[in-house]
Amino acid sequence: MATDRLDALRGPVPPRPHDARAIAALAANPGCARRAVLDAAGIDKDSTARHLGFPAPFGQSRFAITRGDVFEAQVKANGCAGLLRLLREVLGLPIPLVAYHDAADVGAHLRHAHTRALIDRAARDSDDAGTFYDHPLLSLEIAGHTSYLEPDVVAFRLGGRFHIVEIKSFAVIDGQAEPAKVAAAARQAAVYVLALRRLVEELGHDPGRVSHEVILVCPENFANRPVATLVDVRRQLAVLRRQLARMTGVGDLVSGLPSGLTFDLAADADGVPTRPVAELAEAIGTVAARYAPECRSTCDMCLFCRDEARDEGSTDLLGRHVRDELGGVAGVDEALALAEGTRGPADGQEEIARLLRLADRLRAESLEPAR
Amino acid sequence: MSALTALARLRAVREGRAQPAATVRHCHIAEAPMVFIPLRMAGEAAAPLAAMIGTDPGSPRLLVVPQPRDRDLRFAFAAELAEVLLPYVEGFAKETETATRRGAEPYERCLSAPQVLVPNGQAAAFTGLLGRSTRFRRAEGPYPVHPSVPVLGRWLTFFAERAAYPGSSLLVSATDALALHWTSGQSGLEDANLAALLGWIDPPPGLTGLRAAQEAEDPLLWPPAGPATDPGFDNEVLAPAIEGYTRAPTARAVERVREAVRTQLEPTWRLVWRAAELLRGLPAGASVTRRWEYDRGAFTEFLGRVAEGGPPQARRDGAVAAASRLARMERARVSFDVQRAYDDPLIMAEYRLTGEAFAGEVIAADPEHTEGEGRSRKLRPLVTIRTVDPVRLAAGTAVGTPDRRGQEAELVATDGGEITLKITKGMGRGKTPSPGAVPAVGERVCYTSLTDDFQASASLPDPDLTPWTHGGPPEEWVPDDADAAEHWE
Repeated sequence: MATDRLDALRGPVPPRPHDARAIAALAANPGCARRAVLDAAGIDKDSTARHLGFPAPFGQSRFAITRGDVFEAQVKANGCAGLLRLLREVLGLPIPLVAYHDAADVGAHLRHAHTRALIDRAARDSDDAGTFYDHPLLSLEIAGHTSYLEPDVVAFRLGGRFHIVEIKSFAVIDGQAEPAKVAAAARQAAVYVLALRRLVEELGHDPGRVSHEVILVCPENFANRPVATLVDVRRQLAVLRRQLARMTGVGDLVSGLPSGLTFDLAADADGVPTRPVAELAEAIGTVAARYAPECRSTCDMCLFCRDEARDEGSTDLLGRHVRDELGGVAGVDEALALAEGTRGPADGQEEIARLLRLADRLRAESLEPAR
Repeated sequence: MSALTALARLRAVREGRAQPAATVRHCHIAEAPMVFIPLRMAGEAAAPLAAMIGTDPGSPRLLVVPQPRDRDLRFAFAAELAEVLLPYVEGFAKETETATRRGAEPYERCLSAPQVLVPNGQAAAFTGLLGRSTRFRRAEGPYPVHPSVPVLGRWLTFFAERAAYPGSSLLVSATDALALHWTSGQSGLEDANLAALLGWIDPPPGLTGLRAAQEAEDPLLWPPAGPATDPGFDNEVLAPAIEGYTRAPTARAVERVREAVRTQLEPTWRLVWRAAELLRGLPAGASVTRRWEYDRGAFTEFLGRVAEGGPPQARRDGAVAAASRLARMERARVSFDVQRAYDDPLIMAEYRLTGEAFAGEVIAADPEHTEGEGRSRKLRPLVTIRTVDPVRLAAGTAVGTPDRRGQEAELVATDGGEITLKITKGMGRGKTPSPGAVPAVGERVCYTSLTDDFQASASLPDPDLTPWTHGGPPEEWVPDDADAAEHWE
């Protein structure tokens, strides 16, 4: 069974749940078998990378965390009164009356069941009053494990549909925000849309009642006043579905791995990993990675994989553009040997070898007078 | 990205050192640029935390906001920044020359212009945000600020906007300028780290570029070049210092914040000056002066606008303004690309790779070839060149050459690696060519179909006549108190 194999890979620790950001990042590098296996097995990549001596370069400043919390609290204050004003005024949505339910009222262990009940009741109800659901807890099955997800707010019955509301503290200045941040927010919101659609469907309702348009709430200009924007996440949803379907097929990847292989950190009673680093690195090395410089913003393992790519002399190190220009030649030495003519092209490499030879000659000619 | 630059990256990996991406310098580097390194408070859009600024590498000025969430302190920072930047900028207004334009009145142009050097692209963008948050403020009314603040906002906006024009050197980002001239052995994403990029280009003695770049990624050795600060520094050093100031805003508390940010800024200060020095070490490309002339023109024009007390730049362009800005930027892009190719054989090699240019040796020449009879008889020398480049130019294509920039030629015939050209422009009126005007047998020449011919941009209507398809005439912006009072929390 694939699940048994995945459990063995992880060792005797509970699988690490994925949050929406982690699930969204799965779609960032779909070609990476290492990431697919580690995530499917629920392995704590952060601790793994740390133990290997390559801690991920992600840190969050206290200032940024505080700012995010303050802004979210402000938007949600007084039963989301501010949010209601935004939806009415900015998006021009007719919302007659608004109820507010805090799904966290019941205590953490019951939140998911409570959310389910609230959503079910809303979907059955025929009156058209608006409702905000604060602190909902959704779930999504990832390769056999359930991950729990916490969208900021779910708003119901804006044009007869459920909408995910995502509150972010990056600013929208004169109608424009940083594209990378908007893209990340959209990917994350798509995870919530998918989870809510699955829930609505399980409850026997039409999943189409969950809108593919999410409401992004950000501070406007340099003030703390929030502004709302509708963001269409259909494209992100499609990528996410494809990637999740692929992860279900992770069994094929796992069955090819040597038996007895494990990425267990062998933590002692205090939770300190005792697994010899070289042994762990070798174990991880049996599953091929597909490093790209973009991994540095999405994957905890990025620096380990970069180091490995460097040792292998892989052209992945230099980015996808370079790799594309090299017609997929994987090794730095191999590509240089083709360019310098010290190595003949293999089958199918004739074209790229000719181009590299030409580039080599042109470079040499152009640099001559400078020397 | 092309096979040529890909190859340069591979070489850099093997040699452990950055490889040249240009043989000449393609940007202007002032004798005394103003280096500006801004830091931003994490989590905020445009809350300045500190800045190091100055024109003398030996004596930087450090500006600090001891509590970046305090609006008054932010405006005090802006006023202090204005105190440094505005005298520098206005100093260039003193000396002017009379410039002439074909078909237009002569005008006065400043002999030189200010140049602001920032560490990276994010710092350039942050400069724009600082400009946006200060240019609408007013010295009178409900939320008065120091009169220099709105002027500073206009200038910061001007610099940030000019940075979007390819080839402009009024605001230069060190990483972008370095990457234009050197190719490192890491990815383009990693090149955005100034310390790492400089590590590849100019590693300290005894270190390879790779090793130096690795060290540069350690925020304890090399703090980030901003505007974002290292989260570890924020949590462990900066936050307690700011809390100390909030508890008791004494001179000692301010000093503690100052010393904390100084440690983060000083290494970058040295790096930006080192970058300027390395760039200055390259000989200037032939077109750099011309592009700097445009910059001087743009600067002079804006100087006039500020002096007349013109309104601050709009938040968003109207339809006509946006279309004309886009056209100017596209035009600048084309010019910059073509001029760089003409100035630099290594850039021209990119076009030789794609068959838009070729180089070779002259194997035959007929310098006195003519066309037409009698009075309309014209000198049209023929030149045949042998090349091994993969030429993809058809007969009839107009070509130019970096070696004789006033001339234009036309491709007459290609026969394998032998190409015959007819020189059609720039031969003068004489019956015989002046000595050296026609390439002689044995000379090495290069021709390309790239031209930097002036193309008049599409004619755009007056803003008042903007058609309804584009939103109709834009509303005229009238400054009001709402703009001046805009929150900056």
